[in-house]
Formats: sequence, structure tokens, C-alpha cells
Amino acid sequence: MSQANTGQTVGFVADWSSDQRVFKDVPWGKAMMWCLLVADTFIFGIFLTAYMAGRSLTTGTWPDPSKIFSLNIGGQELPLILIAIMTFILISSSGTMAMAVRFGYQHDRAKCGMMMLLTAAFGATFVGMQFFEWSHLIFALDIKAWGNPMGAPQFGSFFFMITGFHGTHVSIGVIFLVIIALKAFRGDYDNGAPGFFTSRKGRYESVEVMGLYWHFVDLVWVFIFALFYLW
Amino acid sequence: MAHAEAAAHEGQEHPIGIYLQVWFYLFVLSTFSYLVDFYNIEGVLRWFLILFFMVLKAGLIMAIFMHLWWEAASLIYACLLPLLTVAWLIFLMVSQSDYTFFTRVFMFALGG
Repeated sequence: MSQANTGQTVGFVADWSSDQRVFKDVPWGKAMMWCLLVADTFIFGIFLTAYMAGRSLTTGTWPDPSKIFSLNIGGQELPLILIAIMTFILISSSGTMAMAVRFGYQHDRAKCGMMMLLTAAFGATFVGMQFFEWSHLIFALDIKAWGNPMGAPQFGSFFFMITGFHGTHVSIGVIFLVIIALKAFRGDYDNGAPGFFTSRKGRYESVEVMGLYWHFVDLVWVFIFALFYLW
Repeated sequence: MAHAEAAAHEGQEHPIGIYLQVWFYLFVLSTFSYLVDFYNIEGVLRWFLILFFMVLKAGLIMAIFMHLWWEAASLIYACLLPLLTVAWLIFLMVSQSDYTFFTRVFMFALGG
């Protein structure tokens, strides 16, 4: 590959100064997905920064997430256990997604599609658990977006805003995973069948671009898990 | 980088072993960060451990799963450099919220 792929300063400067395409050897779809992800990073970055500011400027006591998200399993109170399981599910889904990309480039359409369906199943499980978590908080613990019995009223608004936006991302990802998996099963990426909206030739690059989105969703959860649930 | 030849095929094709390895590390790191809460580690050590595991996990996902390690430098910098503005925003908000907090404590004590 050209010097663009050496990952060195020389390649970086050459690409940005060449007065041609900046992202040489980077497929169009991938560059656009990265644009979306950088923009999304700003949105989540602003949400989490707002949460940080809201948490440090409130004079009320911040509810202890360790207690709020604990579950009673077999007579034992386990802190954050639901969130931990959700974390492991999302990580597993990232693993299966990476496998799907790998099988895609090997032109193994059945395994590639199966791995994506498995990823979608993990994602749907995650959203289901989030549904359980939300209803538990709203109905059992009386945590609302405008206040809660445990302390600082800001807790609810930040919680529902941040996890809700993330859950929306997971849900959208599940829908697209199923679509891309069906296209893989159908052989669109082996036969180069034109896309419905874009008319571009189908290739397994779409699986990798889908993977970028899905790993990003997992990446955001890493930050939410650390900064909201553990902090 | 050293793996540039690996990317010379079609798209980002890498040995399956490296994905499984990263998968395993992510599990271990998540377990560690959960244990931080489970064992009720408090104070600076807690914050340090949480951020430490968070950065490691984020780095693994971006570098290996999202293939940034093998991408062109122009793409890597285009994705990562803009995020410095978020760091700047965090800095601004820390100082601003501290100011708001002290103003509130002060005014609430005085009764407005």
C-alpha cells in the first residue's frame, strides 16, 4: 500500500497537502461512517460533560448508583449486577460483530450473516434489559426525570437522557444489522448487487462499515458504564 | 504500520486470533471495573481505576475492533484531533460548575 498507510507523520502531511483526496485508500462509505461517528462522539461528549457539570453543581446529594442498580438475586443484594451483565452482553456482541467482518472478507456469506444475526440478538437482549431497568427505576424506585426520593433531582434527567440516547443507537443498530445480514445471506455482497437507495455495487465493505457503527455503540457504553454507573 | 501488508487485501482483513484476544481482554477489564464497585473502593483510587480501565477498553475497541490501528494516518487524525475540543469543554465546565456550586452554597446560606 502507499505511504498513506504507514501511519506516520509523513503520510499524514502528504495526504492533507496533496490537493486531491485526503482519505486515499479509504472507501467512501467508511469515511462517511467515521464522519457520523465523530459527530456522534460530540453529542455523547456533550451529554456526559453536561452530566458532569450537573452533578458537580447540584447542592443535593447524588443518588448512589451502586445501590439504585443493585438486584436481589437468591437473597443476596448484588450491586450493579444488571449493568454488569448488560456490559458483558454488549462486549460479546462486539466480538461477534468482529467475527462477522472477518467472515465477510472471507466471502463466507452464511457465517457472516449468522454472526450479524447473533450480534443483533445480543443487541436486542441489551435493549430488553434496559427496558426492565427503566421500568424498575420509574415504577419501583419512583425515579422521574424531574425528581426522585433519593436526592439530587438532576439524576433522573441525565440518566434517561444519556441511556435513552444510547439505547436508541442500539435499537437502530439492531435494525440495520438485520438488513445487512439479510443482504449478506442473499449474496448481494458476493454478486455485487446494486443497493436499493445508492445503486452502488454490493461488497463486504458494508459489513465492516456496519461493524464500525456497532463497535461505536459499545464504545459509548464503556464511557457511560464508567462515568455514570461506576463514578 | 507493521501490518500494512495485512490491509493490502480487500478492506480490513485480520487474523481471527487478534479479535478473540481483544474480546477476552475486554471481558477481563470489564470484570475488573465491576470489582472496583463490588469491593467499594473509594476516593482517588476508585476514580483512577475506573478511568484507567475505561481508557484501556476504549483504546482496544478503537484500535482493533474499529481497525484504527491499521488505517491511514490522515483518517486517524481526522477522527481523533477534533475530540480535543471536548477536552476543552470539560475543562470549561469543571471550572464553571464549581463556581455555580459555591455561588449556590453561598446564596442558599444567606437565603438569597
